[in-house]
Amino acid sequence: MIVRKAALTPVRYAGSSLRELAWHTQRYFTLLWRSIHGSFTRPFYGKDLAVQLDSIGVGSIGIVILTGLFTGMVLALQSAVEMRQFGATIYIGRLVGASTVRELGPVLTALMVTGRAGSGIAAELGAMRVTEQIDALNTMGVDPVRKLVVPRFVACLIALPLLTIVTDLVAIFGGLLIAIVKLDLTFDLYMRSVYSTLAQNGFLLRYIPIDFVSGLSKPLFFGAIIAITSCYYGLSTRGGTEGVGRAATGAVVTSSIFILATDYFLTQLIIGLFIE
Amino acid sequence: MSGTGDLLWDSGHLRLEREEARRLMEAGGAPSPEPAAEPLISLRDLDLSFGDHVVLDGISLDVWPGETVCVLGGSGAGKSTILRLILGLIKPNGGQILVRGQDVAAASREELLELRKDMGMVFQEAALFDSLTVYDNVAFYLHEHENLPEDEVARRVDEALRMVDLDPDQVEALLPAELSGGMKKRVGIARALIHQPSILLYDEPTSGLDPITTRTIDDLVLKLQRELGVTSVVVTHDIRSAFRIGNRVALLFGGEIVFQGTPEEMMESGDGYVREFLH
Repeated sequence: MIVRKAALTPVRYAGSSLRELAWHTQRYFTLLWRSIHGSFTRPFYGKDLAVQLDSIGVGSIGIVILTGLFTGMVLALQSAVEMRQFGATIYIGRLVGASTVRELGPVLTALMVTGRAGSGIAAELGAMRVTEQIDALNTMGVDPVRKLVVPRFVACLIALPLLTIVTDLVAIFGGLLIAIVKLDLTFDLYMRSVYSTLAQNGFLLRYIPIDFVSGLSKPLFFGAIIAITSCYYGLSTRGGTEGVGRAATGAVVTSSIFILATDYFLTQLIIGLFIE
Repeated sequence: MSGTGDLLWDSGHLRLEREEARRLMEAGGAPSPEPAAEPLISLRDLDLSFGDHVVLDGISLDVWPGETVCVLGGSGAGKSTILRLILGLIKPNGGQILVRGQDVAAASREELLELRKDMGMVFQEAALFDSLTVYDNVAFYLHEHENLPEDEVARRVDEALRMVDLDPDQVEALLPAELSGGMKKRVGIARALIHQPSILLYDEPTSGLDPITTRTIDDLVLKLQRELGVTSVVVTHDIRSAFRIGNRVALLFGGEIVFQGTPEEMMESGDGYVREFLH
């Protein structure tokens, strides 16, 4: 093999890093576009979608239940400490409901699914890449994006909102447990408090609370982020088993940052569109 | 060691290699293909670089219908890259790759998927799908592209497995992790030929195998050429395998093809690197 070496000055290094960033960005959005397009066009891989729904959705139920339960309980406990001073413990339901449905439910669910399923997707596709199974798909006339990425993408889009609902409900239930056991509130009082906060920002189409819309639109974006980022890292894996580990770590870190950043911009957008 | 000693040793070594090579060629006996008007695969002035690394530097190679061409070269010489270029998995920086007259480098994604349906690839580590059984691995192409009843798929899978000397009843239900290295390669070959492609590409089909299994795989490559008439490009660094199965061999060095011809012509070549590679 012939090697031509060129000196790498700081300016050239910065230039090549920027080029690389632009290249990755372009490929990332190309993968997103091809996944959206592949979700609506043949061939459909129904069996693979079912497998992914089971793995990403059903497989994550346990972890989101635990996350929701302890988050709700901690929220109730922490807010009780402050609210007791003003005799305002009856508003615990408002605090738990609002923070869970608007923010913590979607974000914590997405972060937990990233850690559990996102790393798994990146590691699985990464292992397939380094053992040439992705190339094998290509050589057999099968598009790896349609066969591997689209089922995971659609599964994440379906699973994330449903898992978020589970987290929200369990977190509200966790808050209820603390409210009844530690704060001597009644079920009715706590649930009225939860409802009043969900109704506070108004309704879409008369019946759907805006907070609920906001809380369930975010998981769609987060699902897309988890699927595309994890698949992108997996498909881009280089360097054997070490590369697989790097892909899994990179997928979790990048997805988590994208989720938190996207959450901020989506919140801004929702406040601008519906609340202000 | 004196100069005379070197010569004697060299001479003896070469004679031994020649005898062995002749024996290998006779033992293998790759059948000569029928003459054809145009090559099935044609690489023309191919250039490929990865950053500053020049992998291929203006190589040209024709593969005629029905023949087996072995691409030889040291580790990292770019042999496997040639297969990836033929499959359109990577694009060259310059030159043309013609398969049945169609330029692979200029083909769209859909055209590439179509072109690949006439090719089968046997990967170095077999690249079997971990989560699928041997049956599902071999049947994969048929399940994806051909709307056949399952009993017809099962018949074709059995046929392909028997072609590679595997007993379907014993292996079909196994997962790739439960197979030996040689069995994995054979299942890989069965998967590659299930759709009866006219081109088979082999990436180091005998690497990591013991001599007896290597011989079995070589015999299999010859059998497929004889019985199915497939055109094969075999990338290998195993000179003995190449002499046994190849109608022609090409030697890659420094990004260039420094020799191409029959195994007999290679034995007679006076090129310094060819002689060094042979010994």
